[in-house]
Amino acid sequence: MLKIENLHARVEEKEILKGINLEVKPGEVHAIMGPNGSGKSTLASVIAGREDFEVTEGSISLSGEDLGDLDPEERAHAGVFLSFQYPVEIPGVTVTNFIKSAINESRKAKGLEDMPANEMLSKIREKSSLLEIDRKFLSRSLNEGFSGGEKKRNEIFQMAMLEPKLAILDETDSGLDIDALRIVANGVNKLRSKDNAIVVITHYQRLLDHIVPDHVHVLYNGKIVKSGTKELAFELEEKGYDWIKAENE
Amino acid sequence: MDLNEKLLSSFIAFEDKVNVNDEVHEIRTAALKRFEQQGFPTKKLEAWKYTSLQSLLKKDFSIFPGSKCALEYPEVRQYFLHETETFKIVFVDGQYSSFLSETTHDGVDVCLFSAAIEKPKYKHIVDEYFNKVADQKDALTNLNTAFANEGAYIFIPKSKAPVKPIEIVHFATGATPQILLQPRNLIVVEENAEVQIIERHQSLGGVEAFTNSVTEIFAHKNARVDYYKFQNDTMNASIVDNTFIEQHDSSEVSVHTFSLGGALVRNNLNFYQRGSHINSIMKGVTLGSERQHIDHYTLVHHTEPDCESHQDYKGIYDDRSVGVFNGKIIVDKIAQKTNAFQQNNNLLISDTATVNTKPQLEIFADDVRCSHGCTIGQLDEDALFYLQSRGIPKKEAAALLMYAFANNVLESVKNAALSTRVKDMIAEKLGVKIGFDL
Repeated sequence: MLKIENLHARVEEKEILKGINLEVKPGEVHAIMGPNGSGKSTLASVIAGREDFEVTEGSISLSGEDLGDLDPEERAHAGVFLSFQYPVEIPGVTVTNFIKSAINESRKAKGLEDMPANEMLSKIREKSSLLEIDRKFLSRSLNEGFSGGEKKRNEIFQMAMLEPKLAILDETDSGLDIDALRIVANGVNKLRSKDNAIVVITHYQRLLDHIVPDHVHVLYNGKIVKSGTKELAFELEEKGYDWIKAENE
Repeated sequence: MDLNEKLLSSFIAFEDKVNVNDEVHEIRTAALKRFEQQGFPTKKLEAWKYTSLQSLLKKDFSIFPGSKCALEYPEVRQYFLHETETFKIVFVDGQYSSFLSETTHDGVDVCLFSAAIEKPKYKHIVDEYFNKVADQKDALTNLNTAFANEGAYIFIPKSKAPVKPIEIVHFATGATPQILLQPRNLIVVEENAEVQIIERHQSLGGVEAFTNSVTEIFAHKNARVDYYKFQNDTMNASIVDNTFIEQHDSSEVSVHTFSLGGALVRNNLNFYQRGSHINSIMKGVTLGSERQHIDHYTLVHHTEPDCESHQDYKGIYDDRSVGVFNGKIIVDKIAQKTNAFQQNNNLLISDTATVNTKPQLEIFADDVRCSHGCTIGQLDEDALFYLQSRGIPKKEAAALLMYAFANNVLESVKNAALSTRVKDMIAEKLGVKIGFDL
């Protein structure tokens, strides 16, 4: 589904990704771990199409479609979803209106009519209950004054509504207490299917107790330096990242 | 002949058309003398440092447009807020259009300035209020006063409120290619009375209109006035709007100015507080593009204790547009416990847009709360990427962020139809279709 080949990317003159290779198949969950500054969030942003980063070499494709020349919104229409580490506050635009707009823009890009109001409403009901989201929450301004947990839950709610092929969860566990973590992880697990794939970017292993990955990769200094199964995550939790650094100096 | 000379020589022709034997005309001639001495403001004046009228003054404006061009309602429907749910005082090329208007004398007077100065019934009101709060030192105000003859006259007696909002709409048609309009509005709201007014100036076709408007508003004890200025004229039209507001005990007056269109727009908005527990509210959303020049010059003068003023202006400037905000707050020594708040936030969308923002605080009392803040920034790239990553195209994403930026001001519009209209106008200006009510 997602195929990344020899991906190099830089911001201004600084090279951050130095040759990433990654293949994620439908139905799989991959975890990308690594110390701070290794390039994890950059990788997420580059897949989603952030313009600040320049791809200097290599390619990214989704279900065979090259994403290279696509704008972020076109990648979203193609099925990429990025759950942000720091979701942005948009005063004056409610969660409901925002998600309606996002869904209908995506439909418009595919040549479809707007989603009928009753269908939209029942979908919102279904997905908000999945994430234990109160109805009142949906009429609040997007992310404005939301707690860390509410922001992340809202991200996963949007993911549930948009039904992406590929979801990238960037540090979704940061700023979550244990209950919020459970709700978010439950939501993600219920959204897993044989047709979609999930990439979980995290510094710690604790999210992976709840969202169990099929593959774990360690990103260090802009490269994937180690890949393994979920046991690799336990090893990292136990031993930290110093041995990875030592091996790769 | 430049515009200055042309105006002075036109005054004799003007005198043929109006009653020259009343007090109003004495006021006019005195104002003309003052204007003659002052001339048009130039950039040498501190208050006009960032805004030049020079290019406008070179044009050959017609001062008394000929026969008015008939407009049918369907042609201009889009410029009104509502077909039936508002009173309307409508002018076409400076002349009253009874056909497009809906005035009333049922408990309140919503009619014409020209009628008010002629009829004995209104004489005492005109004599009591006309040119009483307008700034005698301001050249353009004096010029307007000298030619004051037509505009809106609104009188809301004690404890009354009109059953619906009032629209004051000025159309400029292409009957003459360049036209100078000088409407004069007089609005008196007595004790415990209320009114909601929407003002709009609209040029049609390619006419180059220059409007020098003066509005005097008197809000008596406990009165409520909500005034909305829709400035969405064509890029051939310019306006200098001079609004003077006198407020008495416990009154609340709000003026919202939505500046989207017009080549040169200058708003001189002046609040004079004459009592205690007064609240004065000034809010604005400005969207500049192309080579627009939009200047907000506000003044609030606190002269009594325990009053408030709130200013919140949001400016968004694209292309080579220029924005100015000059906010002056004067707190007299006696005006203790004043709470004066002023905020001006600006977004520069292009590298070639300019904003000049200048708070001017003159505070002579020692027990006051005065806060002010100006910011100039750019669209948040993180936010833009966030919206795009959800499938919202860049243009729409930028528009959503601009709405969010202006949201505090947009939210304070009390009338729902107005609020929708303002948002629609902004969407139209930004060239986007946001698929939901914001």
